[in-house]
This record gives sequence, structure tokens and C-alpha cells, in this order.
Amino acid sequence: MPEPNPILQTIDLTKSFGMVKAAAAINVHIARGELVGIVGANGSGKTTFLNLITGYLKPDRGRILIMGQESTGLPPRRVTKLGLARSFQIPQLYIGLSVLENVLLALAAQAGKSTACWRPLYRGQWLEHGTVVLERFGLQAYARRPVAELPEGGRKLLDIALSFALQPQLLLMDEPTSGVSIEDKFQVMDTLVNVLQQSAVTTIFVEHDMDVVQRYSQSVLVFNDGQVIADGPPASVLAYPEVRKAVLGQE
Amino acid sequence: MALLTIVLLDGFVFAAVLFLLSVGLTLVFGVLRILNISHGGLYALGAYLGTYLALKILDIGLSPYLTYLMLLAGALIVGVITGPLIERLFLRRVYGQAEAIQLLLTFSILLILDDLIKLIWGTAPLMVSTPSTLLGHVSLAGIPYTWYHFLLIGVSIVFGGALVWLVRGTRFGKIVVSVINDREISLAVGINVNRIYTLAFTLGALCAALGGAAVAPTIAVAPGFAVEVGVQSFAVIAIGGMGSLEGAALGALLVGLVRTLAIHTFPELELVVIYVLMLVVLMVKPEGLFGEVELRRI
Amino acid sequence: MTARGWSLTVPIVTVLFVAAPFVVPSWILFILHLALAKFLVVLAVALFLRGGLVSFGHALFYAVGAYTAGFAAKWFGVREALLLVPLAGLFGAAVAAVIGLFMARYRGVFFAMLNLAVSMILYAILLKFYWLTGGTDGLRVQTPTLLGFVPPRDLIRLTSYYVALVVAGIMTYVVYRFLASPLGYYLKALADNEIRIEYSGESVQRVIYATYVLSGALGGLGGVLAAFTVGHIVPEYAFWIQSGEFVFVALLGGYGSVPGPLIGAIAFEFIRTYANKYAPYAWQMTLGIIMLLIILLQPGGLWAMYESMVARFSRRAEGVERA
Repeated sequence: MPEPNPILQTIDLTKSFGMVKAAAAINVHIARGELVGIVGANGSGKTTFLNLITGYLKPDRGRILIMGQESTGLPPRRVTKLGLARSFQIPQLYIGLSVLENVLLALAAQAGKSTACWRPLYRGQWLEHGTVVLERFGLQAYARRPVAELPEGGRKLLDIALSFALQPQLLLMDEPTSGVSIEDKFQVMDTLVNVLQQSAVTTIFVEHDMDVVQRYSQSVLVFNDGQVIADGPPASVLAYPEVRKAVLGQE
Repeated sequence: MALLTIVLLDGFVFAAVLFLLSVGLTLVFGVLRILNISHGGLYALGAYLGTYLALKILDIGLSPYLTYLMLLAGALIVGVITGPLIERLFLRRVYGQAEAIQLLLTFSILLILDDLIKLIWGTAPLMVSTPSTLLGHVSLAGIPYTWYHFLLIGVSIVFGGALVWLVRGTRFGKIVVSVINDREISLAVGINVNRIYTLAFTLGALCAALGGAAVAPTIAVAPGFAVEVGVQSFAVIAIGGMGSLEGAALGALLVGLVRTLAIHTFPELELVVIYVLMLVVLMVKPEGLFGEVELRRI
Repeated sequence: MTARGWSLTVPIVTVLFVAAPFVVPSWILFILHLALAKFLVVLAVALFLRGGLVSFGHALFYAVGAYTAGFAAKWFGVREALLLVPLAGLFGAAVAAVIGLFMARYRGVFFAMLNLAVSMILYAILLKFYWLTGGTDGLRVQTPTLLGFVPPRDLIRLTSYYVALVVAGIMTYVVYRFLASPLGYYLKALADNEIRIEYSGESVQRVIYATYVLSGALGGLGGVLAAFTVGHIVPEYAFWIQSGEFVFVALLGGYGSVPGPLIGAIAFEFIRTYANKYAPYAWQMTLGIIMLLIILLQPGGLWAMYESMVARFSRRAEGVERA
């Protein structure tokens, strides 16, 4: 049942790569405040969907509306300004800078001051806020250290923290626990969900790990062959044999 | 009408020259993804050595037809020696490093080559006209051309065709393409990627040297030649699309015709028109006419 | 370097430079003077290197600045420093503001070579339109006047030197502030990850454009100061070799810092003096070989060598203290 004021809506979103239909007329409604998981086998179109939403790819057909505003065809920079932020499967960080500096730059961008060229980056307000962000993600110990010194899970968290620091209305996370060891997975997700729930950010996360999806998402979108084949609470959706077959390859 | 004929003839000859100059550069970029700024230096070196050997042959008094062989020999020597030398000793050390560093490396090699030429052959221009006059003249539209000029056009077409066949039709070419597309998989399959890089660069150097040697009989080679042609060759492949053989051909054609037109209509603009053309093309299609847009996977 | 290290170094270096005219022979003073001028352009190039971009065409702005002084002298008989210096910086910035609109879309190879192309266009113009520009003969630039006053004969060089020192000092501070600002950090971030920048809502093009305009101003200032020092300007001020020299100096001194370019500029002038004496016909080769050595052995340049020496020294000192 479509939401009256969805925070994200796609209408017949379509994208092909040559013969492959990576997105086949996808229609999605995501309500404000939801925590939505997106699952699907490799090549099912999950990442393409994310890339289309964030403007990294242009759709062949269809529309994207973010908080009711048309964002179809806008580049990532403009989409971000509409209130959407994204984290990446492979963390996209400024490797030559310190962990804190990465966050400070995100805060500067959020304040619209990225091209300020006289007053310093290290200024009281941002330092305070940046430290808070790092604390909430458990990274404050690494603040002044180079990004290279972060462990893998830490880099993932920093990547998400950078997107989170933009104070988005809608946060997209691309496989937040991929590359994280099994012992750390739940810890990372606990930290994440804790932060997210405290700030009422609508969250969509793409995930491979079914346990993570079942435990943390309120509703699940199942992708297969560029289409959404199921949409609903995780327990019921993942019980469908078609879904299990598509996602897990089980009969 | 006469002007059009002249521009077309001159333009095609010049385009042939430009193609021979630039195809090696685009080849190296296509495989190694590095712009070899020293390319102009290799071209000049080929021109100088070829000219020098040809002059020596004439000095000794042997058959003037041997000058063609000497041009070829000069080019081969330059290509076969400098290619592996530069790639193994220097280029290899900066693979994977910041693009700026790679550019600076090839730039410094250009500086060295330019002065090397001066040190070996001095600053006076060198010229061997025998190979070009030997084949005789022909008058078209009232302008004297040598058959050598048209030979150049033929050589460039054959050359281009040979390269396309090499890349598309041979096993070596297929290996090279696989290395371009996916280095890791190529390594995993057992391809000696390092050797491919060396071979590709050497091929590029050979092309440069051959181009220089082929053109030398129509001009007088002089210091500073290396940089002039270097910038032109970049313009050609930037216009055509870097890494594309067809692009080099199209770029050479465009630049050749436009520059010839400028020479015959507004000669003061001769130097400038090539850059302006490049700027215009890149403004419309930043990756060049046959170039591909690279989208990073995230 | 630590903040404490800086608060010690800056006054010392300033005193050295101020005292130089009274302490060093005039040929070294000339070197320092020229180095101060060129340092500004090298700083501009170093800014881009920081962002992972190479410009092989900054001689463009250098020539713009120099010919500002040249044309002012030729057409208006003006040689006032307080007018020409800001004007040159302004013209440099203006040219950059126009070209930057186009240039900021490019990276890597294209950025490098397109800058080269544009600078060579200026070179061609300066050469061909000789009735305006003096062509290969060039233009004469007299030593500058200050507030309209012509300095007495024995103070001419001194005045010119101090003008250069003041300008260099001001711009060093400006660049220092720039590098500490969000834009300065975004410039460094550019070398790492453009995608993250775009996904932060910031435009990479804007970062490059702003840097480009600043670099144009720096180049123009360097050019006018050089013109005042040398007294004679030629179209070669825009030639690719000049651009190459600036890049070389940035590499030599170390482009990751502000002092690096200054050290590099001074070292460069000394290298050139000695190379002229011992190997006058192999200048490009000398540059090329040194450049290769730096790239392969010590990419951080002289400044990095200095810093590692200091680090080793302080580690040893600490070791002594602990013992």
C-alpha cells in the first residue's frame, strides 16, 4: 500500500546495460523513518538500484522522487543536497588525511562551507561535532591517526559515519557488513542501528547476510533480475520459497 | 578549386605524417594507460639516427637506394634499444603510482632525450633529401610533389592496417587486449604481464622512431623538434580518443587538414590552430571522438 | 612540523631574508631575489600537485604577470610597484578565472597537456605579434618605483628586493591560510577520492576552479616580480620549458609543504648557476636527470630530506635524554 508522503519513490525505473536489464520498471515506496533491507543474489540489480537512486547512473526510463522532489538525472552532488547520503561497499575515504579530518570535511560540506578558503577547517564548532560523531561510531581513539591505521571494520564505520555526518534525511548503505569478520558483524550493526534510531534517519541498506537483514530491518525488498519480487516484513518475506530460491538458491 | 586540391593533397600528406607520429603514443596509452611524454623525443631520435645513417651511406658512396634501408635501420635501432631500456629501468618503477608522478617521469626522459640529441648531433639542422628526391617529382595543381610524399601516405595506411591486424587478428594482440581489460585475471591465467608491457612500450617506441625516420627526408631535423611534435601528437590522440587506433587516424586527418588549411589561408594562426582545434573537440566530447568514458565501479 | 617548530622557524627565516642584502654578495642576492619571485609560481604548481594534478602550463600566468609590467612600461611609462604588483596578480587571476571554467573539468593527462597547450598559444601570440610585444627582442622593464619615488641609485636593487620579499611573505601567509581551510583540505582530498567529494554534495570542479584562480594570481605575482628583477622579458616566459622548470622546482623542493617550494627555488637557481658554468649545453638533461633521481629515490624532495634529518636528529636527542 503506497505511502502518502514517501521519502523515496521510484516510478518505472529502468536501466539496461546492453542486453542486460539491470533495472526493469522498478516501483518502490519507502516511508519516512523506516529501516529497510534490500536483498538479492549477485547481479539481481541491488547495486544498480542504489547507483540509480544516488545519481551515479542515469536511468533509461522512469522517475525518482526524493521527499517529493524530482531527482531523476541529477548527479550525485545534487542528489546529496536533496538530503540523501550513501555509504559504499568499498569504503570511500580520504586516505591521505586523518580520521578526524575526513569527518571535518563532511561537516564542512554539510554546512555548505567546503569552498571556504580563509577560516581554518579545525574550528571549534566542527571539532566538537566531529568528536561526537566519532564517539558515537566508536572511532574516537583513531581521531588524529591516518586512515590507513584503521582496521577493516573501522573503515566501514568511518565510511558510514562520513555519510551520516551530512545529516541526511535518507541514508543508503551498500553492504555495511561486507568485509567485516563474522564476530564483528553484529557489533558493527548494533552500533549503526543504535546511532540511526537515535537520529530518526530513514535507512535503506543493501545486505547479503540474511541473519543481519532478519534481525535489523523492519521491512525487506527482494530483488531478482532487475525487479522487486517481494516487499514486506522480513520474517514473512524470507519465508516465501520463491524468495529463498532467488536469494539463497534454496529449493 | 586549386586551393581545395592543394589543401587536400598537402593535408593528406601531413595527416600521414601525423598518423605515423601519433599511433605509437596512442598504443602505449591504450596498453599501459600512461601518456608517454617522451614520445616526441623517440620520434626525433629515430629521425636523427635514420638521417645520420643515410647520410653516412651516401658519404661512403654506396647506392642511394640504401638510404631507405638506413632510415629503417636507424628507427629499428632506436626502438629496440630505448623501448626496453625506458620501460624496464624507469617506467616500471612508477606503475601504480600517482598519475602526476608518471607524467613527470616521462617528461624528464623527454628532457634528457632532447639534450642527448643536441650532444650527439649538435645544434645545426640535419637533412637528407635523397630518399625523397630519388623517386622523382610529380606536378599536381601546379605544385611539385615528390613521389615520396605519396609513399608516406601509403606507408601510413599500411602501417595502420598492420597495427590493427596485430591487435585484432593475432594471438599477441588478443593477449594484449586481455591485459588491458583485466590485469589481475591475465596474471591469474599465466600471462607474463610484465613482458607484455615491455613489448607494448617497445612497439610504441618503434612506431615513434619509424615515424620520425620516415618523415625525416621531407624536413630538416633540428633541436626542439622533439617537443613540437610531442605536443602535436598529444593533440592528435586527444582529439581522436586516447588508446584508439582509429582515433589516431581520424585525429591525424582532422589536424592535418585543418592545419594545412590554416597555412594556406591564415599562416599566422598555423601554430595556434592545432591547440584551438583540440580545445574545441574536447569541449564537445571530453574523451575524444573515439574515446570511451571510464566510469569507476563503486 | 609542529606549531612550536613553525613559530621558531618563521622569525628566523624572516630575519635571514631581511638581513641578506647586507650580508651576502650581490650575485647571491640576485639569486635570492629571483628565487622569491619564482617561488610564488612554484607554489601555484605545488598546490595542484597536492591535489594530484600536474600543470605543464603555469608559465602562462608567469608571462601574464611579467608582460603586465612590460606593457605598463612600454605603453604608459608606468613602473610603480604598488600599482603593477597587484595588477599583475589580478590579471593572472582573471586569466585563470576564464581558462579555469574549461580547465576545471579535466584531470590527469588532459589537465597537464591542456594547460601546456594554452600556455603555448600565449607564447605563439607573444612571438607573432611582435609589433605589440617586442617579439623575440622582448621588452625592457625598469626597476620599480615605490609610491612614485625613484629610489636613489644604490638603493634600487634593495627596494626591488624588499618589494619581492614583502609580496612573497604576504602570499606565503595567504597560501598557508588556504591550505588550513576546508578548501585546502578538499584540494588534498581530491588526490584521494573524488567520489567521496561528490557524494558529500561538494563539486570537485569548484575545488579545482578556486585553486586555479589562486594559482593564476600567484603566477602573475611571480611574473611581475621576476620582471622587476631581471629587467628584460621575452616570450620564452610562456614557453613549455619555463613551465617544466616550475614543475621541476616543485618536485625538487617538495610540494607537500610551503617551505619546500622556496627551498627548491633557491636550490634551483644555484643549480642553474653551476650548470651554466660546467655543463651549459646540457641544461635540459641536467634537469631531467635530477628529476628522475628525485622521482625514483626521494619523491618528497629536499623538504622531505630535511624533515627526515630533523626527525632522526630529534630521535637521537630523545634517546640521549632518556639514557
